[in-house]
Parts: sequence; C-alpha cells; structure tokens
Amino acid sequence: MASTTQPAPEAPHTGPKLPVLERESLVLNERSYHWITERVCGVIENPQPPLWWWLFIPCALIAVIGVGGGLFYLVSTGVGVWGNTNRVMWGWPIVNFVFWIGIGHAGTLISAILYLTRQNWRTSINRAAEAMTIFAVMCAGLFPAFHIGRVWMAWFLAPVPNANGIWQNFKSPLLWDVFAVSTYFTVSLIFWFLGMVPDLGTIRDRCQPGLRKIIYGVLALGWRGGNRQWSHYEMAYLLLAGLATPLVISVHSVVSFDFATSVVPGWHTTIFPPYFVAGAIFGGFAMVLTIMVPARFVYGLQDLITIKHIDNMAKIILLTGTIVGYAYLMELSVAFYSGSAYEMDAFKFRIAGPYWWAYVAMLVCNVIAPQVFWWRACRENLWVVMIVAMFVNVGMWLERFVIIVTTLARSWLPGDWKTYSPTHVDVMLFLGTLGLFFSLFLLFLRFLPCINIVEVKWAKRESDPHHTARLEYPDPGVVTEPAYQRELAQISNLKSQITTLP
Amino acid sequence: MSTPRQRVYGYLAEFHSAAALYQAAEKVRAAGFQRWDCYSPYPIHGLDAAMGIKRSVLPWLVFFGGLTGTVTAFTLAYTTQVVIFPTVVQGKPANIFTLPAFFPVMFELTILFASCTAFFGLLSLIQLPRLNHPLFASKQIHRGTDDGFFIAIEARDGNFSSTATRALLVDIGGSNIELVTEEDGC
Repeated sequence: MASTTQPAPEAPHTGPKLPVLERESLVLNERSYHWITERVCGVIENPQPPLWWWLFIPCALIAVIGVGGGLFYLVSTGVGVWGNTNRVMWGWPIVNFVFWIGIGHAGTLISAILYLTRQNWRTSINRAAEAMTIFAVMCAGLFPAFHIGRVWMAWFLAPVPNANGIWQNFKSPLLWDVFAVSTYFTVSLIFWFLGMVPDLGTIRDRCQPGLRKIIYGVLALGWRGGNRQWSHYEMAYLLLAGLATPLVISVHSVVSFDFATSVVPGWHTTIFPPYFVAGAIFGGFAMVLTIMVPARFVYGLQDLITIKHIDNMAKIILLTGTIVGYAYLMELSVAFYSGSAYEMDAFKFRIAGPYWWAYVAMLVCNVIAPQVFWWRACRENLWVVMIVAMFVNVGMWLERFVIIVTTLARSWLPGDWKTYSPTHVDVMLFLGTLGLFFSLFLLFLRFLPCINIVEVKWAKRESDPHHTARLEYPDPGVVTEPAYQRELAQISNLKSQITTLP
Repeated sequence: MSTPRQRVYGYLAEFHSAAALYQAAEKVRAAGFQRWDCYSPYPIHGLDAAMGIKRSVLPWLVFFGGLTGTVTAFTLAYTTQVVIFPTVVQGKPANIFTLPAFFPVMFELTILFASCTAFFGLLSLIQLPRLNHPLFASKQIHRGTDDGFFIAIEARDGNFSSTATRALLVDIGGSNIELVTEEDGC
C-alpha cells in the first residue's frame, strides 16, 4: 500500500559528489501562511489606494464613451460609419479581434501549460493572467459580433434552425472560429472560477457577518478545504489543465485558419498556425507584465511576485519574440522560394509599399526590442521590462494590422486597390475596449483575490508533508499597508548594508 | 415552538503542520475510522494515500463527457451539411469525405463537453454548493482556509466514542480539541 512511505533504495554511488543546489524560494523573506493570506486578502479588504480611483475613473469613462457610445452610434446609424465599405472590409475590427484574442493566450499558457510542466513559479501570477484572458476574450468577442453588420442577427452564428431552413457552413473557418472562441471563453471561465473557489472560501472566512460574507460565501460554494474535497478538486484542476492546453493551441490556430485557408497571397501559408500561437503567447506575456508590474508595486506584492517571476516571463518573451522573428523571415523566404509573382508582390508591397512604416515598426517592436532580454541586467530592471512590454503590445497590434490591411489593400483586381485609413468609429471602439479591459481588471483587483493564495502556499517548501523541520513564525497580525512598506524598506536597507560591507 | 437541541457533529483537532497532519492521518486511518476528514489550506501531497482515499473517478466522467462532445459535433455537422442541406462550397464534397472539415468543430466541442463535465462532475462529487455544513459552527475551522491543519472525526462513525476518540486525537498530537455541535432546529 502507498500509505507507508518506503525509503528510496540506496544506489551505489561512485562518481564525485556534486553539491545539490537549493531551489530559489518563490516567496521571499520566509513569510508564513498567515502572512500570505493577510497580504493577498488585504488587497481586497484594505481601503484602495487613491491611484486605483485615478486609474479606474478614466478607464471606465473611456469604456463607456468608446464602447457604449461607439456601438450605439454604429448600430443606430448603420455599419457604413465603420469604414468597412471599401475593399479592406476587415480593417481595424478584425485587427482588434485578433489582437485581443491573442492577449488572452498567455493566461491559459501560464495556468494550464506551466501547470502540466510543473513550473511552480506560475502560482503567483496565474490568477491575474487568467482574469486577463477572460477580459481580453470579452473585448475580442465584441468585434466580430458587431462586424457581421446586423448585430441583432448574431444568433445566426449559432447552429440553430432558422426560418430559411439554411444551416451554418461547417466547412468554413469562420464558423470554426465561433466554436473555438466560445469554447475558449467558457473553458477559461470555468478554469478561472474553479481555481478561485478555495480562495473565495478564505475571504469568506475572514469577513464579518453581513452582506459581504453572504456574497463571498455563495461564490465559494461552501468550500471547506477537506481532503476528500481536495482529492477530487486536484483531479478536476489537472484535467482542466490538460484540456485547456490543446485548446489554447487550437484557438489561435483556428483564428489563423481564417487567413491561411483563403487563397489570398500573403495569407495562404502553412506557417500561420504556429506563428500565430507563438505571437499570441508573446503578446499575452507582455500584457501580463504591463498590468502586473504596476499592480505588484501598488499593492506591495514584491515578496510574492518576485524578480524571479519577472525574469522568467522576460525569458519567455525573448523566446517567443524570436520565434515570431523567425516566422517573419520564413514568410519572406517562402514567398521568394515559391516563385509566385503574386506572393512575392504581396510581400514587396508590405515592405516597400505605403505601409512600410507599419512593417518596420513591427520588426523593431517584436523582434529587435525583446533582444535586450539576453542580458540579465535588463530582465531584472523593471523600467526596461516595462518599456519592452509596451513595445511588444504596440508591435503585436501592428503585426495584425500588417497582416490584414496590407494584404487586403492589394487584392487580385487592381480596381479594388485602396489605401486604407480607419474611421473615428474604429478609433473609438479600439480605445473603448482598452478602457473596458483595464477597468474590468481594476475591478478584479478590487473584489477578487488577485494571487492564487492556495497555490502560493502549496509551492512553499515546508508545505511538503515530509518537510520535518518544525516551523515557528511570529504572528504578523494584521499587515497594514504602511507597516508593510516600512518593513520592506528595512529589508532592502539591510540588504544594501550587507552588500556594501568590505 | 420547541427548545433547540444540540446535535453533535464530531471532534475537531488542530495539528501544527502539514507533516503532523500527515502522520496523524495515518493513525486515524489505522484506528479504523470511516467518516472523517483532514482540513488544510492547500492540498497536501500524499495525504490521499495516508487517509486511504481512492483515486477520483472524475477522469472517467470527463472521458465520456468528451466522447459525447465529439459525437454531438459530428452528428450536428454531418446531419446539417450532408443530410439536410448539402452545399458544395470551397470545392469540398457533401458526403462522408467532408469529415476533415468537421474536425475543428469536433475538437472544440470535445473540449467544451469534457470541461463542463469536469466542472459539474466535480461539484457533484464533492457535494457543493452546500452553504450550511455543520462544521461551520466550529470556532476555529475558519483557520483551515488560512494556516490551520485540522482533523475532524464525525460522530456518525461507528467507531466514535466521546471519550476514546478524544483520547486518540490527543494521543496523535492534536491540540485545541473541540466538540463541534450544531443546533438542531426540529
């Protein structure tokens, strides 16, 4: 039976004894379980810093004016105001759709793929990244729903019989997209919520009786944390991670099929699915950094989201950015090697046509900027990390712009050729979704546990039942913000004293 | 109106660490208890074996859930594209050889059905949502979601005895032993 632990058989060891390096700790300064609970729940329970309101009010206003106002104007007037009447009918709406759906992919990568590969550093960033996935997919879903022209006919996308007796075309990548994106949203939501149930239980148990306790109590579903629950729970989490992993790869592959299965020069390439998936992870990680590095400072989560986490994310950006760079070169190489005049002309137009600036900016942002992450000093300097993340955010939007606009602007018939420029509705909607995304994320920070408390505790060294050292932590009591900031300052002060010793 | 009676749920004992909980769980199991559980702020590696809990049946549910998704998607696509409304577009035929074009939807619905099965299957296996568990009457169980490690032995268990079970819990290193009772409102 597995109930008694057998000591591992001693293998005869002949070679030189190598020292076993200790793993880098994922929670700094030897924090206790109770400290972690206090710290993460404190983000919700303590009064919000004024900065929260300074960020939330403008973001919410932009969301209301951009998305609310923009869509109201669009629907009440007609899609003509969107500027999609010319040949580049996909325009910004689909650029934005692909951009947002790509952002979401980092969340699933962190929560599912890094879970399967036992990367324990994921534990302190996965919750926020998953939230980002949900909000990004919400923003993404907006565009195709309204881009179909008559939004009240959006239910035609669902395979239900309609009055004309016509069924959806299951051979079309656009219908595959409907299934892929809606599945992705549903599964991400389930994964996110399920991961949050024990943490919601923690918050419930800390609340004073009242409305707040009832709301968190209902959301926590009555979670008790018994091992008979954990046993099934862990299995469900593992299964969902196993299901989400192929799903996340399939979603952006299907998005790329919208392009790759067409016969348009510049789109009809087999490299599109892997290239899109790598690009999505690349852009998603940049967005995770964009929102988590400031949140880490504002809420004092430096002990939980450490430099090691940021360093690892920077390495993934470097890797995926380089894959994306390889894909750009491979596209050109294949276009040249194909010998097809149309294919070569499409890429000549991209590089040297009126949109050359977008192509050059894309290369600089996506391929050249991340190369600074070869240096450790750059990965650990948060200003450099933030600047590169911004470059990548811009670059990934431009990549979709280059793919969609430059290709459609030069179609088969010269009579179709147009120079595309967005309309004010395009700009309003895009800025509006940015506002929507950030205001949803700020609300998430305000009301839900932004760090996976359970998994951070689980990843601590002493959480292993075979860790025998008896642990005594001083009770931190209530960790208030000023007290914590003072403590952090003391620690860094001490560290600098140690390093300045002769 | 009747006087509220107290109904005993069982004993709750605290342990100081994951390691202590693990060793205590092995002893409670050896004592032959059936209705008991360990409460911890995070899942403890190997505790299932220490408690003698069998592997979850969830993978089987999820497998058949996923299979249902595949079959649903194929039926949906085949019936609408081949049987009811055959359209020849994109140079693809309208017969069984259209199958490769159905793969993406079949794949997505497999994942969708399997994930929903994992979620609802889990909720039914762990019998949640349930907001009124008697254990919530305990004065210390709230620490089980923070930093406390507990074992609860239910009074419903055949081996339960108000003195011997308490002695066992003391013996295996439990502290703060509490008799959890709930108000029986009948």
